[in-house]
Amino acid sequence: MLRIAAALLAAALAAGCASQPVSPALFAVLPAPDGHIGSIVVEREGERHVIDTAYGAQRLGADGGVRAESLTPAQVNASFGTTLAALPAPPATFTLYFLEDSDELTPESKAELQQIFAEIKRRPLPDIVVIGHTDTVGGLRYNDRLSLARAQKMRQMLIDLGIPADRIQARGRGKREPLVPTGNEVPEPRNRRVEINVR
Amino acid sequence: MRKVWMVVAAMAALPALGADVGLIKVSHGSVAIERAGARMPAPVGTALEPSDVIVTGADGSAGITFTDNSLVSVGPDSVFAIDKYAFDDTTYAGEFQGTLSKGRLAAVSGKMVKQSPESMKIRTPSAVMGVRGTEFVVQVDEPAAAAR
Repeated sequence: MLRIAAALLAAALAAGCASQPVSPALFAVLPAPDGHIGSIVVEREGERHVIDTAYGAQRLGADGGVRAESLTPAQVNASFGTTLAALPAPPATFTLYFLEDSDELTPESKAELQQIFAEIKRRPLPDIVVIGHTDTVGGLRYNDRLSLARAQKMRQMLIDLGIPADRIQARGRGKREPLVPTGNEVPEPRNRRVEINVR
Repeated sequence: MRKVWMVVAAMAALPALGADVGLIKVSHGSVAIERAGARMPAPVGTALEPSDVIVTGADGSAGITFTDNSLVSVGPDSVFAIDKYAFDDTTYAGEFQGTLSKGRLAAVSGKMVKQSPESMKIRTPSAVMGVRGTEFVVQVDEPAAAAR
């Protein structure tokens, strides 16, 4: 009895599904800005359709069938131009270097400041995390303080640039995350830096 | 006793999960969000919460950055719901489920998909898409009138 009821229920459910109108859909993989081709999996009624080529697509038709297709960049632009234009800029990281045992930037990094600031200002409402680092000369606590001082100085420069203070966090990582691994007590200019992460 | 503390810790963590998951960075034309039954305009700077629905008009489009660095844009005449979003900034573990009921969407996946493929899923009325990376587009049309 139970088995019959279950069968009836299954049949009713299947009939219900079959009469559901299908919303046609199109799924496509695009090459990422760095050229990387990813992949997506489209699932429909238990079947998996993988797309893993640039401009490769799967189209779900009004009849419920799923078919592979290959789009052209022009087709993608015609259908998704407005949508793609609204994608926010990808997150970016800028690195600036400091003089030894100081929160003063190197002359080279000072020269780069304006260009980096211009990049940051182009973004509407940036979320910024500034992370300070040091080389391995000196103790842990000393370098924690120095790295934070570097980050805070950069944060202040961004505030002076007109970016709201509540959008910028400053952190110090001390000598824990050297860009160039060295032994302890090694002066290494490339490790005396801040990373400005902008989203 | 230890169990009690675990519950307390879990409760303390809840507000963080309910916090902002993303931010409207681009807003052109008519862009609104529906939250708890109310509809409000969504200019640049609007913080998004899980279960928000983004609705655009015929002249509307919107771009969103999520906390795992994924980017999503919604085109004109579209309805996109954030069904579920969680992201752990330390482990990069997370879950992102959204539904595009109509219109167009473009996206670039972020840290959670890099960490665990298919942790990001986009539903449409008649299919589900798992994201392994990186950039993709989705379009959903209304069901044909004859099929209704």
